[in-house]
This record gives sequence, structure tokens and C-alpha cells, in this order.
Amino acid sequence: MTPRTLLHLALLLALPPLLLGVVNRTKAVLAGRRGPPVLQHYFDLAKLLRKGAVYSRTTSWVFRAGPVVGLAAIATAGLLLSMGGAPAALTFDGDFVLFAYLLGLARFVTALAALDTGSPFEGMGAAREVTFASLAEPALFLCLLVLARATGSLSLGGMLGPALPAAWDHAAPALALAAIGLFVLALAENARIPVDDPNTHLELTMIHEVMVLDHGGPDLAFILYGAAMKLFLFGAILSRIVLGHCEGALASEALLLAGVLGFGVGVGLVESFMARLRMNRVPQLLVGASVLSAFALVLLLR
Amino acid sequence: MILACLAGAIALPALSGLAAAGLARRPALAQGTACALLCAGAALGAGAGAAVLAGARAEAAELGFRLDGVGAVFLVAICAVAAAGAVYGLRYHRQAEARGAAVRVQLFYGLAVAGMVALVAASNAIVFLVGWEVMALANFFLVLTDHDRPEAQRGAFLFLMATHVGTLALFAVFALLRQAAGSFDFAAMAGLPAGGALGTRVFLLALVGFGLKAGLVPFHFWLPPAHAAAPSHVSALMSGVVVKTGIYGLLRVTGLFDGIPPWWGAAVLAAGGASAVIGVALALAQHDLKRLLAFHTVENVGIIALGAGLGLLGRARGEPALVLLGFAGAALHVVNHALFKSLLFLGAGAIQHATGTRELDRLGGLARGMRATAILFAIGAAAIAGLPPLNGFVSEWLVYLGFLRALGRPGGLAFAAVGAPLLALAGGLAAACFAKVLGVVFLGTPRTAEAEGAHEPPGVMLAPMAALAAACAAIGLAPAALVPPLGRAAADWSRLPAHLLAGPAEEAAAGAARVSAVALALLALVAAAWALRRRRLAARPAAPAVETWSCGFSAPTPRIQYTGSSFAELLVARFRWAVPVRREGELPRGPFPATASFRTHVLDPVLDLALVPAALAYRWLSDRARRLNVRRIQLQMLLVLATLVAVLGWGFVWWPIP
Amino acid sequence: MARTADLFFILVVVIDLFLLASSRLGAAIRIVAIQGVLLGALPLLLLEQGHSLGHALVLAVGAAAIKGFLIPWLMFRAIREASIRREMEPLLGFVASMVLGGVGVALAFAFAGGLPLPGGDAHPYLVPTALSTVWSGLLLFVSRKKAVSQVLGFLVLENGVYVFGLLLAGFMPVMVEAGVLLDLFAAVFVMGIVMFHINREFASLDTEKLSALRD
Repeated sequence: MTPRTLLHLALLLALPPLLLGVVNRTKAVLAGRRGPPVLQHYFDLAKLLRKGAVYSRTTSWVFRAGPVVGLAAIATAGLLLSMGGAPAALTFDGDFVLFAYLLGLARFVTALAALDTGSPFEGMGAAREVTFASLAEPALFLCLLVLARATGSLSLGGMLGPALPAAWDHAAPALALAAIGLFVLALAENARIPVDDPNTHLELTMIHEVMVLDHGGPDLAFILYGAAMKLFLFGAILSRIVLGHCEGALASEALLLAGVLGFGVGVGLVESFMARLRMNRVPQLLVGASVLSAFALVLLLR
Repeated sequence: MILACLAGAIALPALSGLAAAGLARRPALAQGTACALLCAGAALGAGAGAAVLAGARAEAAELGFRLDGVGAVFLVAICAVAAAGAVYGLRYHRQAEARGAAVRVQLFYGLAVAGMVALVAASNAIVFLVGWEVMALANFFLVLTDHDRPEAQRGAFLFLMATHVGTLALFAVFALLRQAAGSFDFAAMAGLPAGGALGTRVFLLALVGFGLKAGLVPFHFWLPPAHAAAPSHVSALMSGVVVKTGIYGLLRVTGLFDGIPPWWGAAVLAAGGASAVIGVALALAQHDLKRLLAFHTVENVGIIALGAGLGLLGRARGEPALVLLGFAGAALHVVNHALFKSLLFLGAGAIQHATGTRELDRLGGLARGMRATAILFAIGAAAIAGLPPLNGFVSEWLVYLGFLRALGRPGGLAFAAVGAPLLALAGGLAAACFAKVLGVVFLGTPRTAEAEGAHEPPGVMLAPMAALAAACAAIGLAPAALVPPLGRAAADWSRLPAHLLAGPAEEAAAGAARVSAVALALLALVAAAWALRRRRLAARPAAPAVETWSCGFSAPTPRIQYTGSSFAELLVARFRWAVPVRREGELPRGPFPATASFRTHVLDPVLDLALVPAALAYRWLSDRARRLNVRRIQLQMLLVLATLVAVLGWGFVWWPIP
Repeated sequence: MARTADLFFILVVVIDLFLLASSRLGAAIRIVAIQGVLLGALPLLLLEQGHSLGHALVLAVGAAAIKGFLIPWLMFRAIREASIRREMEPLLGFVASMVLGGVGVALAFAFAGGLPLPGGDAHPYLVPTALSTVWSGLLLFVSRKKAVSQVLGFLVLENGVYVFGLLLAGFMPVMVEAGVLLDLFAAVFVMGIVMFHINREFASLDTEKLSALRD
């Protein structure tokens, strides 16, 4: 466990709300507003942790366990991720499969907690969420397979490690296509426009928001923090793929931070300039990302 | 010693049914004795299997038995599920209530178990086929337990038809092998060349015959009707281990050949991928709990076939890592699936026992009254969805690792890696399906009066479920211990020297140890987060519970909850090409509320769109052909004579007398 | 130069896949225009020693002008006069078109190396790109309902044949290009006439309505 890995774990715990703040600030600036402070989400989380919670009579232990297990699963997935080229806390061949399935576990328990309320609203959100998540899984695996083939390594630490800058020399088009696919997936998995609108609570636009409608207090804090952490994980992966050219620890750290914040600005830009897709177009978007990543893989396989 | 255990494992279950019949005057004693005999036999069998997996060998060639690593894996699975089902049946299908039906079930259950043990320990084709037929016929009678229900009759008939077509193919397979090898013994058949006409014919026939038993698409059509109609512990046996004997047979037959061409592996991979995706898509559309679980069996058999296909590709291309990872993934998934599928079927039986219905949309809120069942079923559901830290993830991870190793290889082999996204799609859909099942059945509010009155099943029914769940958790948390025995089994199957497989096995074990570490880290983080939540909430006064807000409905009813078919509708619509849905109903006309109805009916693509129309067309043709039936007896004799002359003439042309 | 040419080939294939997914006709026509400009630039990038620069320049400018500007302008006029903006759900479905297109692209890239074609070694992406583009054009042509989309499919098909012709540019210079472009012109001309008549007859460009012609 190198010092850089410990630093990255600390960043994983500390930075996600800042990333959300950057996204919201970008959207506000582009809309001509001043917007909330960049550190707003830290205050929101602290406020929620101070509050109590009201539970519905319909709910059971599943509803109370959902946010807890979800946050734990996302944090465990963070243990597997290598950031900025440094080794991850735990690395082995095939660990990105575990990474994807841990994120799937978080989604599974959140959907169960939503169904536990007995409300049709949450049921609808859960149905949509699991649908789009199932269609996004093959796309995620195809992008990771492109990385695996380009770098010749089977673990996240190897794929995002020192071999990646060298891989850009001979597999640049495929990596660029995979990065685009991963960006689309990041938007889909984190419930961002054009897949879902994180701001509204209207029935037409909701997927993720409606699943967490009934949570309050510390439960909601866990859910929001977990969602921010998931966005941070995707941002770290994309940052390393796009900006992973440097050797040297200090330069890599700086590029990691710049990349993640740039990812936040990018998400904000997309959210400001695109409208949400009609619900039946979202599978087409996800299948399109899969086909693009499959094409990138074919380029590497010939 | 091991052979003695094996003999006990065959004899005791076969006799257990006789005990139930013989002591029928005192039903409780009869059933208890039968269960004890069966469990004793299962324990002996599991012991023999464990000993062989630990490195021992057992052979009695004169009697026709040999237990090697491959058979031992299946033997352990068979014994575990058989014992769990027998204990469960003590209360679920009490002899005191069900009388004759219970005696029949116990008789044929024991015979089926005995047949399966015999077939996985067989060393020649005769013993194999005897065991196979005993198992198939016993299963037929088991499915027909409630023989006055049309559902059971249909399921049993489809089962019988499928199994006998398969057995016919198997007769052909073993006849061809005997012709090539000169004896029925498997040891004599080992090392046959796979390249020529013999290999191709044997492989295709074996794929059909064993595919029919295993339930690979498009041979799966008999599986859901049969498994849904049988009593739940019988369904657990059937889904858990009987279909796996098909996989065992396929592995055994393909393991006999040398010089396997790559298209064998590609064919099994294709069948596996198709089964995995189509099986889970069909499962999503089901509203009967047991039919849904049966379709998931099709999906998991597909995943096992993906692993087996990888192993065959590895043997074809000379890649020991692929052989180990593919075989180990397939074998471990056989065991895992036996464990969690039985757990799920036993849970479905508990639900049916408590509420009297299997329809998802008539249940709901069962977690309140059936807390232990809910927790155990949730463990089974998470395991089948492949979620860490349970056992389903470990075997799928091994198969993924196999695909990844293929990715790194030059040439066409890397294209096999397309199986990994397919497996991911099947996994995601399975998680969606079980989110639906858990949510609709156990969570929310009860939708009908039967669901409200649900009570926890008795401890005798919960105990085997708890044991299976504990086994799932144990394999999920400590998988590294299982890799060396699986490596030995892989060496037995592929007849490769053990040292070639040792390297990949060590790497896989090291990776599996890391998987355990991550699983433990997950549990630790869950505990930490839970503690934090409790501390934060303890500081505040507890607020009273209220109704769910649901956007302010003033008079909410349980019927406004999302139903199972609504939950799955988006995905089922996306998979229209695999899941034919028929809609019936009348929509209300006019501006005022009126009576309306809406029904969807999911068809099985192979059964309802291909086989049934073909059968109807055949019947129509035979009706027409009846017109050709000649009335007068002289003309009939003339037809017979003319046919005879024609056949003889043809024979003279083709085989002239020298 | 070779790297840029490869990049252009990949962009052409990405555009093909995007076309299979798009339902907005305006965006689709613009994308085909971009594809035309990219294909116009290719003769310059594929220029080898010994072939005249002037010839390649003429070819490039001509192709870019016709494929990138003239024909898209004609198409925009057509949709403006028929007042249509969107493609309805095609016969095959957007997802199925994308998946089939992707499978075709994968097969083309996997197996095109085995085809015995001259000069394929210098630019390994050329033949697969041509095959993929032809396949995408065929899919578009066969599965779409609106006549404009079908014309776009035909254009993409011709783009694919054009890419193929680039392979042989060293051996049969002017004839191939002229033939291709003339063919293209004639096809678009005919398509324009057909569209005009369909629109006049039905006040719409839905080719499904053609099946209503009986009597």
C-alpha cells in the first residue's frame, strides 16, 4: 500500500461532493446565474447527517439497509480502482469484473429499498433503473475489454497504470472511441442528462431521483454521498485514460485532479447543452455506446 | 473404502423409498426412516466425492464404476441437494396428509438420486445409460405426482418426450463410440481422434442428446412446464442436479477425444450464450414464480455451457489456462447453481405452502410474516444474480477470467471474448429479474388476503434452506480453497498433465483469495456504515411511522403498487425478438369509465411458435393422409406387396449380391 | 499520412454507425455531408509516389464538392419542400439496425484481410471501411420508410463503392472515378424525380403509401 494509494483513498473520501459542486457551478454559469457555492454539498451532507429520519409503515429492514449496503459497495469498488497511475489498494486479474458487479450490488439494493415503500412511483423508478443498467453492462464491459487488450493487462491497476500511455501510441483510435463510450456510460450510470435529470422530481424525467424519494436524514446523506462517489470513480477512470501521459508522481496527481474537475465541467457542459432523451431513446443510446466500443475492440483484434 | 461409500450412496437412497412404502401404516415413522436412509446415503456419497476431490481415486472396473474428479464435483452437488430436499419434504409433503402421493414421491425421489449417483460414477456406457434411464423415468413419475392436474400431465408428457428423444441420440452416440473403440468402457474410448466423421457425428448427437437433458436453447422447451408442475423439493432436485447430468454427459463425452477442433468450443459457446440471454429474457416475462425459476435454470445452464465451451476451446488451441478457467468456472457454477437454485425452489415451496399461490401478482409484503424465509430467499436471489460476496459471483468471475485470458491471445481466439459482454448482459438481466421477484413478492404491502395471512414455515423446512444459504455464503467468502480440487478435476477431464494446469490454478487461487479479501472488506464497510447510521439516528428522538406519501394519494390501496409485469415490461419489450407476448383484452370505449380487461400471455418461442404448430401441421397432414387409406383388403395387401418388391429391388441395386 | 488516412477511415465507419441510429433527417444529411468531405480528402491522403498530384487534387475537390455540398443541398431542398423532419420507427427498429450494422462492421474488419485484393496491405483499413459502408448503406436503404432516408442509404452505398474504387485508383485512373460519379448523379436524379412524384401523389414521402396503389 504505497503512500500515493493512501492519498488516493483520502481523495476518494473527500473529493466527491466537490465534484458535484463543480458540475452544478458549471451549469449555473452557463445558464447565466451565480449558482450555489462549490462546497455546498459538504454542508448539505452535514445537515442531513444531523437530521432524524421518518420511516413509512410499509417499509422493513430492507429499506433501512439499502443506503448502507449501497454506500459500502461503492466504497469497496473504490478500493479496487487505480487512480493517477498509482497502484490500487487491492489488485488482481479480473478485478474490474468485481468492480462492475459491486456497482451492480449497490443498484440492486437501492432498487429493493425503492420497492419496499409500496409506492408505484418508486416502483417505476426502480423498473427504469434496472432496465437501463442491464443495457449499460455490456457497454461497460466492452470499454474495459478495449483497455485490457490495448494495455495487455487484465486488472484495473494494469489497465490504468504505466502501460496506458504507451498504449496510446499504437491504439489511439480505439482508446478514443472507448473513452467516448465510457463518457456516455458515465452519464447513464450516474443518472445525468441525457439519460435522467438530477434536478427535477417530475414523473416524466425520473429514474434515479424517484428511487430515493422516500429516504431522509442519514439515509439520504449516504445515498447522495454514494452517488457522488460513483461519479468520482468514473471521472477518475476517464481522467486517467484521457490525460494519462505523464510519468512522475506529482505530475500524475495534478493531472488526476485536473482531469476529474475537467470531467465535472464536461458533465456540466453536456447537461447545459443537451435535453433529456425521450425514454424509449435511452436504450438506443446505450446500444450505440456498446456498438461503438465493440467497433473499438474489433479495431484492436484484427 | 470410497467404493463402499459409493455403493451405500446408490443403495440407501434406492431403498429409502421402499422403507416409506413398507412402513406406510405409521406415516411419520415411514417418512422419517426414508429421509434418514436417504440422508445417510447422501452423506456417504458426499464423503466419497470429497475424498476424490482431495486426491484419492476409486475404481471398480469389473462392476463398471470409476469416480474421478469430474464425477466427484457432480456427486457432491447431487448429495447436497438430495439431502436438503428430503429433509424439506418431511413437512412440505407430509406422508400423513398426502398418503399415496407422498409414498410415490419418496420412492421415485430415492430412485432418481440412486440413478444419478450411478451415472456420475459410471465407467462404462452401459452403467451410464442404466443410471440415465432410471433417473429419467423416476423423474417422469415425480413430475406426475399430482396426476389429476392437467398442468402436471402436460409437464410430464413434455418431459418424457424430450428425455426419450435425448436418450435415442445417446444410444447413437454410445453405439458409434463402441464401434470406434471396440468396447463400452470409457477408458478404452479415451484418446479417440476428434477430427473425422466419427468425431463430428458424436459431438453433434451428444450436443442434441445432452442438450435436451440440460435445457440448452433450443432444447429447453420441456423445462419450465415440468419444473413448475412438480412439488417444490422435486423441482429443486430437478433444476439443481438432474439437468446438470446433461452437462456431465457432454463433458464426459467431449473429454474422451483428442485433437478437438475449435468449432466444437465455438458451438458450445454459441449455445451457452444464446441460452443465457434468451433464458433470462424469458424469465423476466414470467409471472408464475416456479416457471420463472425454471427459466433461470436455462440461463444458468447457458453460463455453465459458456465455461465448458471455453474449456473445449482451450483444449483445441492448447491453452492450459483456458482449460482450467473454463472447466473450473463451469464445474463451480454447477455446484453453486445446485445450491442456490434449490434454495430458491425450497423458498418458492414455502411461499406456496403459506399462501397457496405461485402468482407473483397475488403476493406482496411477505417479508413481514415470513421474515426468515425472506432473508434466505434474498440470499439465494443475490447469489443467482451473481452479486458479491456470494458464490454466484465467484463462478462467473472464473468464466470471465477465462474470456479475458482468451482476449490476450493472438489470432481468432481473441474473438471468443465477445462472450464476456453477453455474460454481463445476462447477469444484469438476472439482477433485474430478481429485484422484481424480491420486490413484488416480499416487499411492499400484501396484494391479496392470502398474502396477508402468510406465516413462517416450520423449522424443518427452514433448516435445509438455511444450510444451503450458509453454503452459498461460505463459498462466496472463501473460494480460494476450492480452486485446487477444481484444478485436479480439470486435469482429469482434459487428460492434460497436472503440471501444465498447476500454474493457471495457482494464479486463479491467488485471485480468488483477493476476491475473499474484497468480500470481507465489503462486509466490514457495511458494518461500519450501519454503526454510523445508528449513532446518528440514536441522537435524535424516534419519529412515528407514517404511510408512504406516494404523491399524496388520499386513499392508497395495495393494488397501486408496481406489479411484476409492469416492472419487467420495459425489458420484455426490448427483447421482443426472443419473447413472444400475446395481448388480449378490451379497452374501455367512450368517455366514461367502463369495464375493461387486459391480459398478456408469454409464449415460449420454441414450444409455442415452432413445436406446437409443427405438431398441429403434422396432425392435419395425417388427417388428410387418412383419406388415402384404402378400403378393400385386397388393395391393402397389394400395396404391401408392392412396397416389399420396391424395397427388395432397391436393396439389390445398392448392395448387389457378390 | 497513413495514420491520418486510417483515422479518416475510422471516422467514416463511425459515421455509418451513427447514421443507422439517427432519426432526425436534418442531422443525418449533415452527417452524410461530413462523410462526403472526409471521402473527398482521402485521395490526397492516399497519394503515393509516381501518381500525379493534380489528378488527385481534381478528384478530391470534385468528390468533396459533389458529395459534401451539392447533394446535401439538394436533399435539404427536398425535405424542405416535403416538410418532413423526422424518420418514423423504421421497419427494422433503430436498435436492431445498429446491432446488425455493428455485426457487419465487425465481420468486415475481421475477415477483409483474407480477401485477395491488390494493394490492400498499405492501407489495411480501406477494404473493411468500404465493405462496412456498403453494408450500412444497404441496411439504411432496406429498412427505412421515408424516401429521403432511402436516398441517403443509396448515397452511403455509393460512398462505400467509391472507397473501394480508391483501392484501384493507381491502376485505372480516371475511368473509375468518372463512372462512379456519373452513376451517382444518375441515381440521385432518378431518386429526385421519384420523390417528386410520390410527394405530388400522396402529399407525403412515406413509401408505405405506395402499397396503396392498386387499381
